[in-house]
Amino acid sequence: MSSGPKSRWLTFGLFALGLALLPFLVDAGMGRSWVRLLDLALLYVMLALGLNIVVGYAGLLDLGYVAFYALGAYVYAWLASPQFGLHLPFWAILPLGAALAALFGVLLGTPTLRLRGDYLAIVTLGFGEIIRIFMNNLNAPVNITNGPQGINLIDPVRLGGFSLSQSHQLLGITFTGVHLTYYLFLLFTLAVIFISMRLEDSRIGRAWVAIREDEIAAAATGINTRNLKLLAFAMGATFGGLAGGLFASFQGFISPESFNLMESIMILCMIVLGGMGHIPGVIFGAILLTLLPEALRYTGDWQRSLFGHVYVDPADLRMLLFGVALVAVMLYRPAGLLPSRRRRREFADAEA
Amino acid sequence: MTGHKLGWMVVAAALLAGCGDKTQQHGDSPVVLIGQASPLTGPQAHLGKDNENGVRLALDEINAAGLTLGGRKVTLELKSEDDGADPKTATTVAQKLVDEGVVGVIGHLNSGATIPASKIYSDNNVPQISPSATAVAYTAAGYKTAFRVMTNDAQQGSVLGNYAVTKLGAKKVAIIDDRTAYGQGLADEVEKAVKAAGGEVVAREYTSDRSTDFMAILTSIKGKRPDLVFFGGMDPQGAPMVKQMRQLGMKATFLGGDGVQTPKFIELAGADAEGVVASNPGLPLDAMPGGAAFKAKFEAKYGQIQNYAPYAYDAMHVLVAAMKRADSSDPAKYLAELPKTDYEGVTGRIRFDAKGDLAGGAVTLYQVKGGKWQPLETVKSGT
Amino acid sequence: MDIFLQQLINGLVLGSVYALVALGYTMVYGILELINFAHGEITMMGAMVALAVAGALALAAPGLPGVLVLGAGLAVAIPVCVALGLVIERVAYRPLRHAPRLAPLITAIGVSIILQNVAMLIWGKQYIPFPAILPEGRHHVLGATISDIQVAILVLALLIMLALVMVVQKTRLGRAMRATAQSRQVASLMGVDVNRVIAATFAIGSALAAVAGVMVSAYYGLAHYYMGFLLGLKAFSAAVLGGIGNLRGAMLGGLLLGLIESFGAGYIGDLTGGFLGSNYQDVFAFFVLIAVLVFRPSGLLGARVVERA
Repeated sequence: MSSGPKSRWLTFGLFALGLALLPFLVDAGMGRSWVRLLDLALLYVMLALGLNIVVGYAGLLDLGYVAFYALGAYVYAWLASPQFGLHLPFWAILPLGAALAALFGVLLGTPTLRLRGDYLAIVTLGFGEIIRIFMNNLNAPVNITNGPQGINLIDPVRLGGFSLSQSHQLLGITFTGVHLTYYLFLLFTLAVIFISMRLEDSRIGRAWVAIREDEIAAAATGINTRNLKLLAFAMGATFGGLAGGLFASFQGFISPESFNLMESIMILCMIVLGGMGHIPGVIFGAILLTLLPEALRYTGDWQRSLFGHVYVDPADLRMLLFGVALVAVMLYRPAGLLPSRRRRREFADAEA
Repeated sequence: MTGHKLGWMVVAAALLAGCGDKTQQHGDSPVVLIGQASPLTGPQAHLGKDNENGVRLALDEINAAGLTLGGRKVTLELKSEDDGADPKTATTVAQKLVDEGVVGVIGHLNSGATIPASKIYSDNNVPQISPSATAVAYTAAGYKTAFRVMTNDAQQGSVLGNYAVTKLGAKKVAIIDDRTAYGQGLADEVEKAVKAAGGEVVAREYTSDRSTDFMAILTSIKGKRPDLVFFGGMDPQGAPMVKQMRQLGMKATFLGGDGVQTPKFIELAGADAEGVVASNPGLPLDAMPGGAAFKAKFEAKYGQIQNYAPYAYDAMHVLVAAMKRADSSDPAKYLAELPKTDYEGVTGRIRFDAKGDLAGGAVTLYQVKGGKWQPLETVKSGT
Repeated sequence: MDIFLQQLINGLVLGSVYALVALGYTMVYGILELINFAHGEITMMGAMVALAVAGALALAAPGLPGVLVLGAGLAVAIPVCVALGLVIERVAYRPLRHAPRLAPLITAIGVSIILQNVAMLIWGKQYIPFPAILPEGRHHVLGATISDIQVAILVLALLIMLALVMVVQKTRLGRAMRATAQSRQVASLMGVDVNRVIAATFAIGSALAAVAGVMVSAYYGLAHYYMGFLLGLKAFSAAVLGGIGNLRGAMLGGLLLGLIESFGAGYIGDLTGGFLGSNYQDVFAFFVLIAVLVFRPSGLLGARVVERA
């Protein structure tokens, strides 16, 4: 695709048009639940890109990333639900949630700077669990999080008079809540992608890669490894907090069980499966792993059309196939489905 | 990058190739779709499957008997989905059921999944009856489509707490919950009721719904010498808990809610189950007119009843009874009939209050005697 | 005092189970630098297979002494788990030995999901009761209670750990394992068959997991296809606490974690004046873990490995 600027603009235009029409195509072709899944997929793209900064760029294995997601979600729920009777607008809450998440990112980062790979993994895992346990238990003596019952009736995003939980007529076209949510999430996702791309090419991004490859050598060349690692944690956490706030508004109900360890592991799987440190790969991984378990619900239909009979309950088969897919992809594409050029080269070197 | 994007679209399209038949053919015998959602994978899969079987049994019966709505013979068809007991998946599943055009949903199993899903059913005007979600918050949200055929935590908890003090004669009570929406909700209500009845709560301890080791908290409780230990949680934790109590030489009565009042509990706890008291909403199955028959039918088809299958079965019948009264399977028409429900089900008389909660539901207390749950007493819940 | 002693016993029993499972993590890590996430599931498989055997025996030959039934269960569970461990290593990990570091982690997660779901398909979604075949004798020591099964767990765990240390310190295989852990390349130059050593490591770790699985399900009286996840997670934390890659570290970490959980749950309320309760016991455990790692970044007994690229 190294043709002239004109055809590049054309590709870009077609691509933008495709993104804009996608929810309608999906709705018409596959049903509204898939538009909802598309919304979720965008949410996971944001989360995966956030974690990608920590794991993919800076090489810090973080198994507690979901904590930041939870913080963002709870900040949103506290400030826009009957829990405290506050109903602030979303544009005021989202930055607050992201900022709080960033602060916690630094708080987590500071004591763990000396830890290497797997020790860091277990400490971050512990941090994630600690946040979840606090969310699950801070309903007494003072009720802050409503404990395991979760917080319900969280306000949907409102833009002017528009509520994103209702359908609106615009130019004769009906935009339902899930459609409008798609556009909002797409906007945020594009911003996150843009920031990630700029970071990757910046001095900071190159310094992170240097730290990932060899921390001692990086420090020797005058890179302030401490500040840069903290920055990675903070940046990653910011995206997590942002996604959390959007999730709370989208679902209208949050409870601590949505923020468990398995969620962190899934996000990690997304970036490794897609191609660590490589933005298109991460996006692909996030979308694939959000949609795959849902697509596997249809194995009953596949069985029926193949054998004329359902042998194994699709629900029983779904997670099994998901596990098989994880293993198979890693065996055949260990650097991810869409690895960056650098990764591919590293792998080729190791093989030789 | 564009190439990659195109790539994933192709992959996604290929993945989804098999899911075209989402709208059912309405031929001579129109098909009415009923949704069921519960965890069919994960740690609570056995309970989820139980709910599905309960719904399926009722649905098959209704089909076999023949259902005529608006002068046309209709066939019910079940769309059962796995929500994995996860709130996020529950909303996806709810949207999927709505998409497929179900006219009513029996589900979900857990409160945590039921609550976020109820918003989607409400937005799309699809009636929902949960056979087993007990959190007060479910119906407190005020959705007109939300019903349940099970007493909520407040109703059951107040009966349990009061019974512990006044009938079981417990002065000092220790309370443990599993920090799930169900366990914590029930335990908090029991605590209130125990205090209201003049009992003393000497210890409040916590565990998780994944634990099997309770020695540490039980040892700590043992030091406070309670007459009774209440556990808000499910049988996989309740059974080892009572075993460990006895192992530590604690003689206090073990009391539980409907999560404990299961045959599985006796199977898992073995000899230590003897003397355990637990509640379940409604009348004992054997005391109900159709109870024994239901049990025989269910067990012939699906094996032992786990817990909520009778409620799922009743919920299905309640839904269809409303359709019959409205003479239509259109939610816009039959939803208005649901609040007027007065149905003699396997689990008791089912009526709804203004919120969609089970009105005046009875709670029955059972005790394990001779390796079987024997009914002690049926108590009307106050609320 | 009796409560303190009881909590000590509780913690030690729980800790020895953690330690046995943690050994499997640490051995694999020591040699391959791989977190074998599927290890918890191997433990689960051990419990399930032993249960199936015990159930079959109860039907075929009722009245057999409990210890014999359990022995038969173990005798089948161990080879099955060993085979499983070897197959997993061969299929899911060996091809990825030179892949980017996180790739084997994902296959490990994938394998663990597969094992869980296979177990669910074979044994169903139910919790399965472990038959009460073991003597339930209880002994009273200074006001605390200890049961036969608890004594058996403590003794068995201790014996196995001693045997393992002997194997690693005194045998040819042990020497080869230590050499491989130091440097795979140099070891292979010295004539060590690295693949065989790694396979042996997986075999031993899986055998230990089988024993731990059977012990856990016999002790708590139930088994379930999901039981491996939490146990694996706790054991992995224990291994890291002790210094992952170090056998004695895994034992120490396991015992410590058991004690921390036990005393944490038992005393956290008194320690914080009732402000925090046993609902924060895991916070307490993770907090200790984090604190230890912040001051000793390689775990309690971990070697201070020079930072690798």
